[in-house]
Amino acid sequence: MRLLNLLKIAFKAIVLNKMRTLLTMLGIIIGVASVIAMLAIGEGSKESIRTTISAMGSNMITIRPGADDRGPARGSGGDVQTLTLDDYEVIKEKATTLSYITPIVNGGGQVINGSNNWPSTIYGVNPDYLNIKVVDLQSGSMFTDAEVKSASKVALIGQTVVDNVFPDGQEPVGQMIRFDNIPFKVIGVLEEKGENTFGQDQDDVVIAPYTTVQKRILAIDYLNQVMASAISEDDAPEAVTQVTEILRSQHKLLDSEDDDFTVRSMEELISTFSSTSEMLTILLVAVASISLLIGGIGIMNIMYVSVKERTKEIGLRMAVGAKGADILMQFLIEAILISITGGLLGVLLGLGATVFIEKFLNWPTSVALYSIIISFAVCAVTGIFFGWYPARKASALDPITALRYE
Amino acid sequence: MSKEIIKIEDLKREFTMGAETVRALRGVSFTINEGEFVTIMGSSGSGKSTLLNILGCLDQPTSGNYEIDGVKMKDLSKNQLATIRNEKIGFIFQSYNLLARTSALENVELPLFYNSKVSSEERKDRATKAIEMVGLSDRKDHTPSQLSGGQQQRVAIARSLVNNPVMILADEATGNLDTRTAYEIMSIFQELNKQGITIVFVTHEPDIALFSNRTIVLKDGNIIKDYQNHNIQSATEELAKLPKQDD
Repeated sequence: MRLLNLLKIAFKAIVLNKMRTLLTMLGIIIGVASVIAMLAIGEGSKESIRTTISAMGSNMITIRPGADDRGPARGSGGDVQTLTLDDYEVIKEKATTLSYITPIVNGGGQVINGSNNWPSTIYGVNPDYLNIKVVDLQSGSMFTDAEVKSASKVALIGQTVVDNVFPDGQEPVGQMIRFDNIPFKVIGVLEEKGENTFGQDQDDVVIAPYTTVQKRILAIDYLNQVMASAISEDDAPEAVTQVTEILRSQHKLLDSEDDDFTVRSMEELISTFSSTSEMLTILLVAVASISLLIGGIGIMNIMYVSVKERTKEIGLRMAVGAKGADILMQFLIEAILISITGGLLGVLLGLGATVFIEKFLNWPTSVALYSIIISFAVCAVTGIFFGWYPARKASALDPITALRYE
Repeated sequence: MSKEIIKIEDLKREFTMGAETVRALRGVSFTINEGEFVTIMGSSGSGKSTLLNILGCLDQPTSGNYEIDGVKMKDLSKNQLATIRNEKIGFIFQSYNLLARTSALENVELPLFYNSKVSSEERKDRATKAIEMVGLSDRKDHTPSQLSGGQQQRVAIARSLVNNPVMILADEATGNLDTRTAYEIMSIFQELNKQGITIVFVTHEPDIALFSNRTIVLKDGNIIKDYQNHNIQSATEELAKLPKQDD
């Protein structure tokens, strides 16, 4: 009963000062909304990285030449020539945890079909490649091991390449194209995959037998990469160890020497990128939390001013029978009402902002329930915490001093 | 003999202002019976407002006894004093002290908000009745800024009545009003007093004292006169004698 009365009194005070209340709330609203939106962006990018990487084959293992120096100035692994076809043969022969394995050589060049040309990248691989990367064919067929052996000039192309060198909608399969003046027969088109999270167009590729690419286009005898697939996702860590051991003995490395190659599983890649985006999320949330804190200080500021401004009113209320506790509760309820209303509006604004970001900026977002609960709870606690001091001050006033206050 | 409502004995109140001690009340004693209309007179600095604040439980005496209805105020906690203010005392101020931007009716309801025994229907009901008593039924939805000084003071009187107090304490309640309006207000007080409400009225205007049945005069913190008024004037009659206003 008494609480209900105090609630009414506090509500009236808020309604009487709509503009001021709204401005006070604004701090809380923006704070809560930004916490929610930031967390949504963070969660969203984490999830999208995970999906992208999984789509690339979650049990994929990559072997690159050169040591793993994850420092800030990493050199291009492609420059190092320590990974050879022999390495690939040995791994293929000895590793028991791998289901597929392909050597990879790649290089940039111009795809030409008559008067149309397009800069793209050619990947020299073996037929296992499609299984490792989990890519299907849209039309045509993959080249065979025999064609790899004979270094046939056949190629498969991605949709982006199709769009650019066959602009008239011709069927590419069976046509001849040239890559850097070497003629290739198109035998298949890869299924469209779109952009990955890193903004890379996965359809802007030409795939050919590695023998062909190595000898005829790049004229090299080393490999840029070896890509393999563990039997299952669970086997991936074991496969990494196994491949490392095989390569170390193959390269005759002493115990004291570092690896001159890098073996990585997708799982590792996921955690690398996840931890980066997690750090970013923490940073964003820290900034958002500061704005929430400032919102709380805004409440304290306004409540403090409000107590000063309404000292006479407090004196009057005491003169007609309000107890110290009544005054304390009145101001505390006011602060809590402001922060809870602000919090609710903030949640709505945060969700709205998230939808906006997703729709118009095309950023992946994912609103986590915990972010709503946390930011709302923080804001309620802020209200109580920052409302307490001014309310306490008001309730401790002496009625006669308060009444005489001008 | 009727019941003693207020009984004070040797009341002293001292204020410390820096190094100086101001003795606002230097030992005041009197009793006020139920149904009396007492004016407390005195020039400024005589201690009359200090006395009223103590009578209204807004301030505590430095020493001496104060009883309302036989209850010693000294023994009560802050919260109990708040309850006394809420249920037994109606306070009226020189500057009305109404809540701004709040309707007259809601202003009158205010004391009842702090009385948990009163339901919200009863609160509305009693506030409406109190506002009727001071003749402002047609303006109960107006806010203080839409009311004249006299009307605001009438709202304040209604507010002091709403809890059915045993006494009303008025601090220079007519001080901000012109003579005509002051007399109107005094006639309301006389009417309330007739209904049996005890009134203690602080003023420095001698003509106001003529409407009461007893006057206590203070000077420098002491009572110098305390007399019954056997020739009580009627504020309504005095009002009729005033020259008609031009408008």
